[in-house]
Amino acid sequence: MTNHWIDIKNSDCILIMGSNAAENHPVSFKYVNEAMDNGATLISVDPRFTRTSAKADIYAPLRSGSDIAFLGGMIKYILDSKQYSEEYVALYTNAPFIVGKKFGFKDGLFSGFEKTPEGPTMGKYDKGKWAFEMDKNGVPKMDRSLKHKRCVFQLLKKHFGRYDLKTVSAVTGTSEADLQRIYDVYSKTGERGKAGTIMYAMGWTQHTTGTQNIRTMAIIQLLLGNMGVAGGGVNALRGESNVQGSTDHCLLWHIWPGYLKTARASNTSLAAYNNTWTPSSKDPLSANWWQNYPKYSVSMLKSFFGEKAEAANDFGYDWLPKVDDGVGYSWFDLFDAMYKETIKGFFAWGQNPACSGANANKTREALGKLDWMVNVNLFDNETGSFWKGPGMDPGAIKTEVFMLPACASVEKEGSITNSGRWMQWRYRGPKPLGDSLPDGDIILTLGEKIKEVYKDGGAYPEPITNLKWDYATDGAYDPHKVAKEINGYFVKDVTIKDKTFKKGTLVPSFAFLQADGSTSSGNWLYCNSYTEKGNMSARRGQEDAVNNIGLFPEFAWCWPVNRRIIYNRASVDAKGVPWDRKDWVVYFKGEEKDGKYVSRKWLGDIPDGGWYPMQNPDGSWREDAKYPFIMRKHGHAQIFGPGLADGPFPEHYEPLECPVEKNYLNAQMVNPTAAVYSTKADAHATCDPRFPYVATTYRVSEHWQTGLMTRTQSWLMELQPQMFVEISEALAELKGFQNGERVNVISARGKVECSVIITKRFKPFMMGELTVHQVGIPWHYGWRWPSSGKEDSANLLTPSAGDPNTRIPETKAFMVNVVKV
Amino acid sequence: MSNAFFIDTTRCTGCRGCQVACKQWHDLPAEKTENRGTFENPPDLSFSTYKLVRMRETETDGKLKWLFFPEQCRHCIEPPCLETAQDESAIFKDEKTGAVIFTANTKNLFADEIIESCPYNIPRKAADGTLAKCDMCNDRVTNGLLPACVKTCPTGTMNFGDRDQMVLLAQQRLALVSKKHNQAQLVDADDVNVIYLVSEAPALYCEFAMASAGTHGLSRHMALRKMASPFWRALRQLA
Repeated sequence: MTNHWIDIKNSDCILIMGSNAAENHPVSFKYVNEAMDNGATLISVDPRFTRTSAKADIYAPLRSGSDIAFLGGMIKYILDSKQYSEEYVALYTNAPFIVGKKFGFKDGLFSGFEKTPEGPTMGKYDKGKWAFEMDKNGVPKMDRSLKHKRCVFQLLKKHFGRYDLKTVSAVTGTSEADLQRIYDVYSKTGERGKAGTIMYAMGWTQHTTGTQNIRTMAIIQLLLGNMGVAGGGVNALRGESNVQGSTDHCLLWHIWPGYLKTARASNTSLAAYNNTWTPSSKDPLSANWWQNYPKYSVSMLKSFFGEKAEAANDFGYDWLPKVDDGVGYSWFDLFDAMYKETIKGFFAWGQNPACSGANANKTREALGKLDWMVNVNLFDNETGSFWKGPGMDPGAIKTEVFMLPACASVEKEGSITNSGRWMQWRYRGPKPLGDSLPDGDIILTLGEKIKEVYKDGGAYPEPITNLKWDYATDGAYDPHKVAKEINGYFVKDVTIKDKTFKKGTLVPSFAFLQADGSTSSGNWLYCNSYTEKGNMSARRGQEDAVNNIGLFPEFAWCWPVNRRIIYNRASVDAKGVPWDRKDWVVYFKGEEKDGKYVSRKWLGDIPDGGWYPMQNPDGSWREDAKYPFIMRKHGHAQIFGPGLADGPFPEHYEPLECPVEKNYLNAQMVNPTAAVYSTKADAHATCDPRFPYVATTYRVSEHWQTGLMTRTQSWLMELQPQMFVEISEALAELKGFQNGERVNVISARGKVECSVIITKRFKPFMMGELTVHQVGIPWHYGWRWPSSGKEDSANLLTPSAGDPNTRIPETKAFMVNVVKV
Repeated sequence: MSNAFFIDTTRCTGCRGCQVACKQWHDLPAEKTENRGTFENPPDLSFSTYKLVRMRETETDGKLKWLFFPEQCRHCIEPPCLETAQDESAIFKDEKTGAVIFTANTKNLFADEIIESCPYNIPRKAADGTLAKCDMCNDRVTNGLLPACVKTCPTGTMNFGDRDQMVLLAQQRLALVSKKHNQAQLVDADDVNVIYLVSEAPALYCEFAMASAGTHGLSRHMALRKMASPFWRALRQLA
């Protein structure tokens, strides 16, 4: 979330699309209700009428996989009706930037496309073709009047010119009247002082166009001036209490802690690595915060390798693994490699891949090709017991499985970071039961044992033997030591701006981190979370900030540097005066003399850098100001995003499996850069009469993830006892189904038995003249519990295809059939 | 002055946390259920289910609605069940909290008669005839705690406190909700200590959302019950 949970209450219009917050984030509705009490409008857009839709002022259905068309239509509407915030767009976004002549878009392809000879990626772009035009100083050329025919604003207008109501309605199956109404209501948040917010989750991300779904909404939010303001932002509702934290600390393969880049094989030295990933800007008004990259990467290496990390050995850079250039190592790629018997050993830690990943039959088969697997979890699950699961012959499976019981979250101390980026310290409740241990103790011991083994040598022992591993107190894992390590220390006496910091003291914030090896920090983004003042995340202050908008700055701690709403300097105009004078986030209150600001002072939230506003009160431009989007190289929010794999503008493509034989918006069917896997376990079937219905997966309030912690709870099983498929009354009549009867849902990859729920909440879609039926299934079940073994995972059906930027699977839109058992 | 619940169904998202919290606090066993083609489960209130969120799909004015109604005992101000039982060892009212309490001695009553007396069709019997229903978490309330269902509710649907305050809150919410929903109303507010705010006709939520006497109101229903009670008592003595 760019904003945070409480801030939802400040919104004037809440769009819930790509998520079902009422069911999956029940507590969020405390704040949604509060906003509605204050007059906010709630809009729910979902293929199925959900518990969220039940509370909405406006509900509209859309066919799964057509979100870019829906939102693209809104972009066109906002531009045509001139409801965008022109001042904001011209000043803070890259709408004025002039794009080079090599950029083009034709027949659904951007310029620079080439097919890739081998998978999984279908094709790729030469992004150099999308570069901005630079002036003689190396600063992007801009036309702040937004009139230049190659400026981003004009290109955006042209690009989405095709997204008229009629075409969008045919693609999405949403009526033109519903589209018009939602566009109209949401666009009104473009007025000065109004804020609209989006609450989204996996309904947007789990598509072959997942990243661009979110980009499309980000463009809308920028056009309407909704970024940085209270009650605005782009808000990802994370699916577990600590998903945000795990991402921040590099759960994903392509990032190191704090969103540093994983080193590529071609980054042959620390200097090469830092040079490759440190952006440089020639614009004096751009803060280009990532210019500090080497301070963060070196401090991370110092944290990993301690005194062994020295300038002479590149601070141990060579000891960290590198990834091959152009090769993916995502979930899909790992299980693909396991399936192809390249990976021989596997730790399944706090997860249940036999149920949780797309195309679970392939995953289950892949587990059988391992030499060993260690299952670290609260309970045995479908992963640990895969060898005795449906269709398995235990005698033929060689994989040796070890079970390490982990304790539950309430049985250990440590922090979680919630969707709103709040790091919150939690104390231990009961002691762990039986032999179970906190994850920290398991990994600490594992590290110690591995280090012991490597003492006597081995293949390339240095990364292991040099690893700093001093996180125990009295032989047990100490979460405070780790939290301090993440924050970082001065590792020698350092003098910065006349102030000397003693060796061994904690670094106050990332502004003090150094690239010379004098500081350590496990994650620069968390530098400021555990300082000499104490554990900031354990704070429980109940007082609000001066602007009284629910920031509660002394409750827990928030990255970066306790900034509760990021990009907040875009919430003020050029003179530092908030667009919204009532629910303001930051307010410039420096002293003024002769029409000029002469001192700096911001009130409210921690500003995105404390520089002067762009203009003085007399309207003159300042030369010592910085643009508000400080994490972008050029300081401007990106309506044109030339860094993504699949294009600088979003474009509608059909899901890999879809019900229509043509894309109504362009000549390409599927995202031409999508990742699609191709072993014999990766079957796909599009426009195939055997699989005529669109299917989507989702969660219910009553179960949690793959259900490991809820399918074992009788009170929850009483509420949602069985795997089900929801279908419309029209489809039920067509198929002759009785409510509650058992049916099979079948895709090109598998089959799952379900109880059928016939509901008014699904309706057939009209795509122009074509009637399309959609069905929906929850993903919480697995054969291990309940003991009947008949309730299995929705992921037996979902395809191995993913977004080109993230490789997240397309589990929200695929094709199935539903037949009687 | 007794306590009261104010149940604001316009804020309810049907998460059913209240239904589970009720079972947890009362240590009630889960029922063995099946998916019957609806999210609503178990199918009815029972001896081991005191609270059940009704989830009903309805189309009115061409608009689809999914209505959630956390159904439970209303803790009537003049409880017909108590009048009917005429046995304080089986059914009594805690005058301090307003809770209407069923004891194990309910097994000595005519269960069907008690159930029949309830305008909201709430009490349920065990195999041996013992009756059970929501007890307002009287053990929690008399120890200064909120009822379990109220404590767990994340959306502000379940509220509990002094009756005066709850009535005031209910009226404030009704005034606000009425701006969007012309059918909005408080259900039988003068007769019960569990006041529901609904935005549609009560019958759309569940069969017994409103007192069964319908247009006559609960008081008239109660009056009839009182008139009949000597007859029931005589019948019980005969048995």
